[in-house]
Amino acid sequence: MADRFPSPFEIEAPEGAAGWHALYSYSSVFSEDRRNYEDEGFWFHDGVHWPEALTPWDAGVFEVAIASLGQYNTRHYLVPPAYGVDFRILNGYVYLSPVPAPEADIEGRVPHFMERAGFYFANWDRLYDDWLVKVRSLVKDMSELDFSPLPEMEDMEVITSGAGRGSGDRLLSTYHRLLDHVVTLWQHHFEFLNLGYAAYLDFFGFCKAAFPSIPDLAIAKMVAGVDVDLFKPDDHLKSLARLAVSSGIDDRFDGGSPDEVWAKLATDEAGQAWIDEWDKAAEPWFNFSTGSGFYHSDKIWIQNVEVPLGYITDYIVKVKEGVDLDRPVADLHAERDRVVSEYRELLDSDDDREAFDGKLGLSRTVFPYVENHNFYVEHWAHSVIWRKMRELGDVLQAAGFIAERDDVFMFRRSELTDVLFDLYAGWSVGAPSRGPALWPQEIERRHSIHETLKGWSAPPALGIPPEVVTEPFTVMLWGITSDSVSAWLNTGSDSDDGSLSGFAASPGLVEGPARVIFSADQISEIEDGEILVAPLTAPSWAPVFGKIKATVTDVGGMMSHAAIVCREYGLPAVTGTAFGTKNITSGQMIRVDGNTGKVTVLAD
Amino acid sequence: MTEYPSVIPFGSLAADHHGFVGGKCASLGTMIQAGLPVPPGFAITTRAFAEAGQASGLMPRINELLAATDITDAAALRAAATQAREMVTSWKLLDEHQALLDTSYAELCELVGVPDVPVAVRSSATSEDSPDASFAGEHDTYLWVCGIDAVRQKVRECWASLFTERAIVYRTEMGYPHDEVDMAVAVQKMVKPRAAGVAFTLDPTNGDRSGICIDTAWGFGEGVVSGDVTPDNFLVDKVMWSIKRRTISPKTHAHLLIQSEGDAPPAVGRVELPEDRVNVSSLTDEEIIAVAKLARTAERHYGSPQDIEWAVDEDLPDGENVVLLQARPETVWSKKHHAVGAKKDPMASIVDTLVNPLSARKGAVTG
Repeated sequence: MADRFPSPFEIEAPEGAAGWHALYSYSSVFSEDRRNYEDEGFWFHDGVHWPEALTPWDAGVFEVAIASLGQYNTRHYLVPPAYGVDFRILNGYVYLSPVPAPEADIEGRVPHFMERAGFYFANWDRLYDDWLVKVRSLVKDMSELDFSPLPEMEDMEVITSGAGRGSGDRLLSTYHRLLDHVVTLWQHHFEFLNLGYAAYLDFFGFCKAAFPSIPDLAIAKMVAGVDVDLFKPDDHLKSLARLAVSSGIDDRFDGGSPDEVWAKLATDEAGQAWIDEWDKAAEPWFNFSTGSGFYHSDKIWIQNVEVPLGYITDYIVKVKEGVDLDRPVADLHAERDRVVSEYRELLDSDDDREAFDGKLGLSRTVFPYVENHNFYVEHWAHSVIWRKMRELGDVLQAAGFIAERDDVFMFRRSELTDVLFDLYAGWSVGAPSRGPALWPQEIERRHSIHETLKGWSAPPALGIPPEVVTEPFTVMLWGITSDSVSAWLNTGSDSDDGSLSGFAASPGLVEGPARVIFSADQISEIEDGEILVAPLTAPSWAPVFGKIKATVTDVGGMMSHAAIVCREYGLPAVTGTAFGTKNITSGQMIRVDGNTGKVTVLAD
Repeated sequence: MTEYPSVIPFGSLAADHHGFVGGKCASLGTMIQAGLPVPPGFAITTRAFAEAGQASGLMPRINELLAATDITDAAALRAAATQAREMVTSWKLLDEHQALLDTSYAELCELVGVPDVPVAVRSSATSEDSPDASFAGEHDTYLWVCGIDAVRQKVRECWASLFTERAIVYRTEMGYPHDEVDMAVAVQKMVKPRAAGVAFTLDPTNGDRSGICIDTAWGFGEGVVSGDVTPDNFLVDKVMWSIKRRTISPKTHAHLLIQSEGDAPPAVGRVELPEDRVNVSSLTDEEIIAVAKLARTAERHYGSPQDIEWAVDEDLPDGENVVLLQARPETVWSKKHHAVGAKKDPMASIVDTLVNPLSARKGAVTG
């Protein structure tokens, strides 16, 4: 077994991707300038959020997000042992490195943390209510950003109002405002999250101290909410399926395109009533990504209506078969209460029970944020960002700067400022901009590099692993532990029989044929009774959980979004196997043990 | 006293039967009522004994015989005891009682699907004044009794065990009359274990109360208890019912039933196992959970951590084949406190959690 991962400086660009560095911020790539620091560190690939090679503009959102994570640890709450998480991009893939606070500073940070974090814990519900208002208002502001094309001639109103500024100014400043909104959004994202995890970890640590072998899953189950916003999109699909059947219009959901189905629905009152219900549910709940939400290419339900429509069509079949689609909410509540009361009863003393009650109570206070923020930020707000960027893409395409609207994502965040200035200058001067002659070829070259990077297989980690992985957020957010690191060092499998180990994220033991899929586009390949093997699963894949027998993912821990959904749907799941999609092929018979976190290939 | 049946299946034993089925049967009845499956069987109540004795008309003679015996004269005592036991052994069950015994045994055979099913026939003494089973000497329990004729015979022999020398001495010394004794008998299926072992309702490696630790091997549990077989080991979570740890050990030997020649009952012996069984788990996952649930039920019933012996009986149907053989209190960890002692101030506790790596924290166990 090796004792370290390859140095980032040993990793070569895949053939055909030379010059890939230029697609990303100069500050986000490994470089000789910081080699001493970078070569000493431990860098792990974050496949939970960024499983694929990033386009230049999407990479900008990644940078903003991770910088904000660090800001709250380091500068707001002064989390005693942890600074932020450093970030790099290598061959288009995301690598992260947690930065510890200097040993000598930890003690001094403690009183500040107690005061600052204590304030948030003490006022959590009020602050969370405020947060919802802030985020909804931000989404509204983003939705109202105006990226309409530059006019041939300014409106008379610009003259008569004495505005003294015009559409060019508006275009440039709107892009700046969008960038500012992205930063603000991610400021909001981490306002609560790290504290939420800290409270959860405290309860987690207590449970582990009281019951050294308690399954992580049991702890998650005691804290997790039963009614979570993340399940609302799926709940609405089911309601719409039921409505279609109860109002006798289910025959119109015949697999036709959304336009065809909508045309049939619009012919009578019952159909129109269904469309009204759809519209009510769609905003905001169908602003739901089929991926992690971090890629402009992730499909958003509301813009890819065939996706939710397909799910509704499947649900209609089940409703007609008499299948009960409701999540067993009462049973889930009862089961959660049972688990809590039985562990509580096993504690040694009333003092311990008092501590247990307090920590569980705080964990449950913070958990709605942990579970719900993802919908508001990664799904809803991001879907608006991608939509607005496409509107900007239309402007650039019309001006001949790019061939397709989505080419806008092939520019770096800061580069677009210059591109828009070029566009604006050409428009204002009334002479050619340089862009149309320059960018189409350059964008094509970038596409080719990005395609090459997409085919590259990112190693799970780089550099020198720590002796033990203890940094709490790394363990919680990314599911990275001393065990998983040593499994990666063993390259591929961590046992003699070639089986894979991961997190026992949802209990149960099943065997069945594997279906390996790499993206949401392949979801339709999944057949009844198969075991889903994927880099990760997104919450919006919920409807396929009615078909599959179990789930295996490459990345993610106990609290990954996928793990939460699998538990909800009562399916065995093993997450964070690192090599599931590499070592397993579709059609192989595999055994998934969600009790122990083991996955075994039985036969080809 | 109201009429009560002469034979009652263990599963039907109610609290108001306890006075006439004896301590052993009463305790089996209580366990079944508490959801603790024991090997199936039935009690032959004191009514069968009393009415057989009455019908024989021999009780006064036994009383006279013993009253006239000098219990300090070993030879005389032995002779009187032998004579008394011979008289009791000659008693006949009343026809109606015998018919009920025959039916009950036939039903037991049918239940487990084994003709002439081997049973244990044990005396079950009725009151604390009489010498209990452990006192009554070696003739009170008969193992591997097969067929109705043998059962009838051993029932009478159990009755006769009231008149062992030790029992006679005890009653004489305590001033209990010899003609007021009572005896019930337990007839219980012999367990034929496919696998057996022990279970603790805590993790004996660290005292973790959330774990149920199972040691298991093929065949009888003797090898697990004595340590001459390395058992498979499983740790089950008693709330989530998941298997938290599995160790499959090479089990080269097992304690299995060996048929004896002639009429001698079969015996348990240590034999080598074929290779294809050595490294195979001696329990299925379903059985592991069933054993753990049995242990947890015993723990709840007795109100403290337990150390149980159990077996998977190959004659019984799946789902009913895990039986409890013995339960006793766990004594090592039960006496220790296992408080976490976390800081009650939530912020101070969170700081502790963040600053002290999770992996460095252990359950604080204090003596």
